[in-house]
Amino acid sequence: MSTNTASAASTGPVRRFGAWWDSVVDRYNAQPKGAKLAWVVLFAVFFYALPLLRPPIITTDRIDFGGVLFSSAAFALVALGLNIVIGYAGLLDLGYVGFYATGAYTTGVLTAQHWHWPFFLALPLAIAVSMVTGVILGAPTLRVRGDYLAIVTLGFGEIIRLIVTNVDWLGAAGGIKNIPHPNNIGPAPTPPFDPGGLFAIPRLQWNGLIPSIDHTPLHQTHFLVFGALDATPFYWLVLTALILVLIGDRLVKASRVGRAWEATREDEDAAELMGVPTFRYKLLAFALGAAIGGLSGSLYASSQGSFISPQSFPLLLSMLFVAAVIVGGSGNRWGAIAGGVLVAYLPERFRDFADYRLLVFGIALMVLSIWRPQGIFPSTRARRAKAAAEEIEELEEGPAHV
Amino acid sequence: MSETTTTAATATGATGERLLEVDDVTIKFGGLTALDSVTFDIKRGEILGLIGPNGAGKTTCFNVMTGVYRATSGEVRLDGAPLGKLKKYEITKLGMARTFQNIRLFKTMTVLENVMVGADANSKVGFLNALFRTPLHRRTESAAKARARELLDLVGIRADENELASNLSYGDQRRLEIARAMATEPKLLCLDEPAAGFNPAEKQRLMELIRKVRDAGYTVLLIEHDMRLVMGVTDRIVVLEFGRKIAEGTPAEVRENPAVIAAYLGVEEDDDAAS
Amino acid sequence: MHFDVLFNDFTAYTAGGLVYGAIYALIALGYTMVYGVLQLINFAHSEVFMFGTYAMAWVFVLLHGTEQVQWGLGRAAPILLVSLVAAMLVSGAVALLLERVAYRPLLKKGAPKLICLISAIGASFALSEAMGLRDRFAGWVGLDGKLDNYVSNARNLYANPVDIKPHTFFTVGGYHVSDIDVVIIVAALLMMVALVFFVDKTKFGRGIRAVAQDPESATLMGVNSTRVIQVTFLVGGLMAGAAAMLYMLKIGTTRPNIGFLFGVKAFTAAVMGGIGNLRGALLGGLILGVVENWGSAVFGSDWKDVVSFVLLILILLVRPSGILGEALGKARA
Repeated sequence: MSTNTASAASTGPVRRFGAWWDSVVDRYNAQPKGAKLAWVVLFAVFFYALPLLRPPIITTDRIDFGGVLFSSAAFALVALGLNIVIGYAGLLDLGYVGFYATGAYTTGVLTAQHWHWPFFLALPLAIAVSMVTGVILGAPTLRVRGDYLAIVTLGFGEIIRLIVTNVDWLGAAGGIKNIPHPNNIGPAPTPPFDPGGLFAIPRLQWNGLIPSIDHTPLHQTHFLVFGALDATPFYWLVLTALILVLIGDRLVKASRVGRAWEATREDEDAAELMGVPTFRYKLLAFALGAAIGGLSGSLYASSQGSFISPQSFPLLLSMLFVAAVIVGGSGNRWGAIAGGVLVAYLPERFRDFADYRLLVFGIALMVLSIWRPQGIFPSTRARRAKAAAEEIEELEEGPAHV
Repeated sequence: MSETTTTAATATGATGERLLEVDDVTIKFGGLTALDSVTFDIKRGEILGLIGPNGAGKTTCFNVMTGVYRATSGEVRLDGAPLGKLKKYEITKLGMARTFQNIRLFKTMTVLENVMVGADANSKVGFLNALFRTPLHRRTESAAKARARELLDLVGIRADENELASNLSYGDQRRLEIARAMATEPKLLCLDEPAAGFNPAEKQRLMELIRKVRDAGYTVLLIEHDMRLVMGVTDRIVVLEFGRKIAEGTPAEVRENPAVIAAYLGVEEDDDAAS
Repeated sequence: MHFDVLFNDFTAYTAGGLVYGAIYALIALGYTMVYGVLQLINFAHSEVFMFGTYAMAWVFVLLHGTEQVQWGLGRAAPILLVSLVAAMLVSGAVALLLERVAYRPLLKKGAPKLICLISAIGASFALSEAMGLRDRFAGWVGLDGKLDNYVSNARNLYANPVDIKPHTFFTVGGYHVSDIDVVIIVAALLMMVALVFFVDKTKFGRGIRAVAQDPESATLMGVNSTRVIQVTFLVGGLMAGAAAMLYMLKIGTTRPNIGFLFGVKAFTAAVMGGIGNLRGALLGGLILGVVENWGSAVFGSDWKDVVSFVLLILILLVRPSGILGEALGKARA
């Protein structure tokens, strides 16, 4: 029986990678608690250092690596939020870009378009506004059945885009320009000579596989200056937000709230009859997802480009977000993060194929659905359930074959 | 073992006092009358059987009690409180829990988590408490876990607490359903054909379990097809036919009741007459 | 808000809305049938429509050439008929391909709905991009020179060389209803009647209804469910092809990403009417077309799409399963 499964799993690179990943997870899970924590810290430090380490192969040459890391982390954050909605609560939201846009536009309006709030004051309000938008949208629509929710949310995403396109108060088609960056830590830069910041960190450069320190002043990261020259501080900010949300996500999932979501997703009627106020929990998932989407949108608005317009929020982006969550492995926070990173990173890394990237992406989605339907990085649960189902299937089929 | 689990929050109270009253309940679907002025009650601490041939309205009756359907007229009261306008989860919180004829567990969750969902029904922990891991959260969580384990012990599947619910055997899934319903600390536990698909030995064990549950302080409503099981375990029986109550009494009385015999055996008598 | 604009030209806005509504309705049929049978949102159905619009234009290039001319409906009629057939066949073929590649392997494995949706989203991207990249593909095989008219500016607007000029057919309340409008509405209604007849009265239709109701029992009763699913996709594709041709007749231009918005609108129409319900698709399509046209009169055309989505949300709140309810499998189509 086990040999049978193993041979089935060894066909195709997707499956082989999947099997390898599953074994990595199992080995990690077998470690004692302290070792686990050490691994996690090491992992986090590595990701903070990534834009300075610039490891070969994964580093993008054509465009600023820090910028690519920023958008990857921002996508990962969005995917993490959407994972609460789709993966935990089982609500298919195809208009998630609406919340991302809400967060971005709230920030834009508060810091540039009509007022001049500092970024860190605007950020909480952007999150709150997105959350309230989520509740306003969710309260009437979460009562309709699952499949309809998909189309209603799709419509909602489009409504938001059309509103920002057509309302002059929000900058209309021209968008909002000159959105201020987050506040610096340490002395502000005084162009053209003083780059500011508390201290400067050089980055590595690679000659083949041999690293050396890059002393070019222009390539140094100044701690902590949010400017147009260096994307690294923005990446650190998003990464920090990502880690905080990740911790919160973990705490909430492993509690009554997480159980209520999962029960609702599995069987809404049964959950209700077991005392779960399902509507309230669906609304909570929706609001939290919206808040995280708004957080990510707000960070995006104030990032390097400091410019947003309706073109930044096409409905296509919603599809990409959903794809990120499902491709990564719905219901698994690490899978969602990986999915978000892949969806943002791959097109940038393979710019040479820029014209073909959506085509390849589309085909990849189809192939993946067929070969690894539980996602590249499924939750351990989903894996166990699948293994059990296969076992039962084999037991049922067994006698017929013999 | 069962003695240690007599911690059910429900006051056992004086037996004989009315716990649930089904008062003149009628349900119509379009032109069809599914229940026709049905009246009966369940007394605290007893095991009541609700029986009747297929299509008699047992499940409809069950669904109106648990809030799945609304009564066209009449009222259901639990401990004197009318259930008419309450939502399903509110009825559960008020003290009624059920199992399902066709098992409806949360398949991707572990056995322990399934029971904890039931225990959460009385939890006051919300999102913020969970996020900040407040003392209230920690207390509630560990109490829920302990209670869930007790119940798994009671139904006899403690060893499988970390299995996924879908990996349990059919019989154990039914047991898990009972534990999950009990975890909501109901005053009244409703079992919807818990013996469906069981063999005689399993039915025997189920009967023992139902008695144990009652001894632990719960009132039980049992909907069942299997006459031997119902006769063997219940204190009182209500018989429905075509949406009406046709008899009520102890198992012995019901067994002798001519209307019941006609309802159940009518067809066979015809067959006998024909042959 | 300009209610006066609407009231002054009420007939015009209503008639214009009906034309769009008829096209939405034909596309909506594809969504509704696949949903009725599989309970899946066939997200890639919009691309089936998009391929039909190109098929229509290419027939004109083949039979007429690339010279820009303006014809009346009568003169274009023979080529239009050929292009109708071609558009239906191309869309039907794309729908079948979609079923074979993006759905059947998943359905066989009993994959969850969400995964089927992802596969469909992937197929939608791939199909739309395949059309947008056709200049590259032609380049690979060295045909870009020869096929220049078909493939140049692949991502941009592509116009049918023959511009079909509308003529007034009759006049209602001061509005001139054009012959094109009449053809579109009549053709859409005929298609709809034919489809309802097919589902209600033929053996295959019975099979479709049986699978919609209970796939397992239907299979046990000897219905070939794979074949039924294929036919469902094919029929949906044929209808989308017809819609595509009618759309090109009215508008005359297309592009690779045209499907998305039309797909969303048509799906909205299907949901509004009650998904799985053929008559619902017609009703939903017409209502959507008319109301959004009224909306564009009152709020300005920028807000047209907002009006249709708000309408959808409102209808679902009042009637959660659509205006006519869901019913492909139930009693009657």
